Parts: sequence; C-alpha cells; structure tokens
Amino acid sequence: MKPPVFEYVSPASLDDAIAALSAPDAGDVKVLAGGQSFVPLLSLRLAQPSLVVDINRIDELATITEEGGVLTIGSLVRQRQAEHSDVVKKACPLMAEAIPFIGHTAIRNRGTIGGSIAHADPAAELPTVAACLDAELVARGPGGERTIPAAEFFTGFFTTALAEDEILTAVRVRAAGPATGAAYEEVARRHGDFAMVGVGAQVRLDGDVVAEARIALSGVDIAPVRASKAEAALTGRTVDDSVLEEAAQAAVAALSPSSDLHGSAAYRKHVAGVLIRKTVATAAARARENR
Amino acid sequence: MSTREITVTVNGRKRTAHVEVRRTLADFLREDLGLTATHLGCEHGVCGACTVVVDGHTERSCTQLAVQADGREITTVEGLAAADGTLHPVQQALRDNHSFQCGFCTPGFVMSIYGMCEEKKAGRPVPCSREEIREELSGNICRCTGYQSIVDGAEAALAGAGTDTTGGQA
Repeated sequence: MKPPVFEYVSPASLDDAIAALSAPDAGDVKVLAGGQSFVPLLSLRLAQPSLVVDINRIDELATITEEGGVLTIGSLVRQRQAEHSDVVKKACPLMAEAIPFIGHTAIRNRGTIGGSIAHADPAAELPTVAACLDAELVARGPGGERTIPAAEFFTGFFTTALAEDEILTAVRVRAAGPATGAAYEEVARRHGDFAMVGVGAQVRLDGDVVAEARIALSGVDIAPVRASKAEAALTGRTVDDSVLEEAAQAAVAALSPSSDLHGSAAYRKHVAGVLIRKTVATAAARARENR
Repeated sequence: MSTREITVTVNGRKRTAHVEVRRTLADFLREDLGLTATHLGCEHGVCGACTVVVDGHTERSCTQLAVQADGREITTVEGLAAADGTLHPVQQALRDNHSFQCGFCTPGFVMSIYGMCEEKKAGRPVPCSREEIREELSGNICRCTGYQSIVDGAEAALAGAGTDTTGGQA
C-alpha cells in the first residue's frame, strides 16, 4: 500500500507542465491534480507512472469567472471551493447540487473539478454534470488550446478524448438563466461512495411548459449517459405525475446497465426511473421559484 | 530514487527534511517526524483515520504526497492539547461523552470535528443538527460501532466552539 517509485515535477506554469508532459523521454507520464483518486491508485499500484506532473502550483488554473453568460471553472478549483461559491451556485446550480455527493468534506477540500472530469469515473458526479449541461472542456497541449464538447469528451470507462500530452485547463458551461432549476440525486450503499445510479436534471420553463430539459445519468454505462428520450418527452409539456412517469419510462427503456456486486441491471434501471422522476420534479419546482 | 527537500510547519514547528517523492504525507508525519497519532487505516482515502488539517482545511494525509506539503502548515492531533497537557475542548468533549472504544479511529474523528469547530469559529455555516453531524462525519469510519457517542461528543464540541476561552493552542 505504498506508491511505486516515480520521477516528479511540480511546474509553476502551464507551459512548463505541458513541456514536461510532451518531453520525448517522458515515458508513462500522469498528471496529479487533487490526487483523491490518483494517489490511491498509486498506493494500490494500479498506476505505475514513470513521471508524475503535479499541477497544484499552477495558480492560473484555480479561478472561477463568469463573463458574457459563460461560467468558466479552472480545472484546479477545489470541489469544496466550487460547492460554496456564490457564482457557481447561481450560474451552475446543478454543479452546486451535485458536489456534496462527492466523497466527504476532507476529500472535497483537496479534490478538484478538473481532476474528477479527467479521471472520468462513469459513476462520478462531475462528469455527469458536464454531460448534462453540454459543458465545453478546455484542453491545452503542445499544439495549443482546443475545446472538446462533453458529448465527445467521455469516450469510455475512465477514458477521455484528452491526448497524453494535454492538460484539462477549464470547464465552461452556459450560465443558467431565469426560470431554470436543477437537482441532483444518487443512490449509493454508503454516503460518499460512488453511486450505483446518479441523476442530474436541469429544467428551464416557459410559463408552465418545459422549454428545455436536460437529464444525465451516472453508473449505468461506461460513461455518463444523456436521457435524450426523456428530455424529448418533457419538452413542451407541463410537468405532472403522468408526464414524469412517461419520461422516466422512455429513459429507462433506452438504458442497458450491467450487473455487478453493488446492484443488478434491473435494480439499476428501477433506481434510474425513480431518480429521474424525483430530480425532474424538483428541478421544475425550483425553476418555477426562479421565474 | 527521486528525493526533494521540503520545509513544512507541523503543529507550529518548522520541519525540514529530505523525502522520497513517493512518500505520502501520512508516512512523512509518522515515519519521518515520529508523529504516530495520525493513524493509517485503509491508506486509500476511505477510512478517515489519517485526517489532518492543512492550511486550515481538513484533508486526508494518505492521499497526498509529502512533497506537496512543502511550504504548508499542518496540524495533527498532537498539536491540539496545550503544552501542560490540558485537552483541547474537542478532545475534552469527546472524552466527556466516551466517544471512543478502541481509539484507532479517534485521531481522525478529533481532527474532522476540530475542522468543523474551526469553520464555525470563522463564521462559516457548519452542520449542527445530529443528522448533519452524521453526514459530515461519514468520511470517518469507526469499527467499534461507536457512532452514537461520537455524535454526542461532536454535538457537545460544536455547541462549545466559539464560546470557550480555555485550552488549545490552535
């Protein structure tokens, strides 16, 4: 239970970090952000990199800004910092709702927004939030900066579209406007564990009618899943029990989760339906309050 | 073998040491500084026994590297009681409420509750209901199933935080 031997650098600038990542002799190189998943992986020796590039000294990655209706959260912003940020609560209520489900306070004090997204655990909260909101993931590599839509970012189990020599630098989401509400719920065996199933929902109303519904699920596939059939079933409708049921059934029919020792596929589908009804109802109620 | 020189303030005292870069902060505290009250249970961030306060925030010492603590300020459970042995109010509250059995998890619980009390003193919103305390302490595992009395102790400590003037250097 001790990390293996590796070389270590802790550059103070993004350029130096990218240079370290893209050096021809870098070998198997890994980025260390909050380390709340990565250091355990080192201790368990599931990760045995030759070089660790610690990005914790790169202060430029630790800022939260809102400009022109776009919220930009630097990848090194601590989860706890975002959880208590008034800017995040207002512009990205779904993220503020989801973060308390991540681990525990001592984990969130150190864990980062970008680290969780780049780690891409399919049961994790922040990848689900990114998928739900069609976040843009900003990556920087030796060739410059590029923006990856969330729908193309999560390519599989713990796998993303980031190249070996790229660093996730920020997450961008469109700031939530008026008449918008969000909710996040998940079921886990113990508080703080990764979810068996998690659901994030954001609803924007036009009068009493759903103008836009966004729903994403964790724990039901190899990457976060958008419930596009449920979103379509809600759009243009007034949220009531029968519409919620219809949306939940449409979403669940499209899911094919796998069974593991934490829960069977049938149980996961059942929980997904329950949580979709619950989160969409809560998000719609909050949207009405925000009109 | 890759090593670095680091300087860390631990319980108010500056400590400089050469560490292997793969050394976790928990092992640095225990093995290099001899501060063995920070316990290691799971060594992968689940049990909470290794919780310490880093720059004012509770963090796991097993899920960060010692080299990352360079220049930072750390409080371990050894840093709470006064020099004359007077217990910190958090420790006293846990003692008054018999909040432990075997004691292995206790340092982690003390530091988590201490962190909550410090947040309260700083005027930040802090969980104070029993349900909220349970949720906040869910990152610390006790295998003697002593949670009832631990929550009692935490409740007492939080009720007193910000009102007492005795004990505790930190």
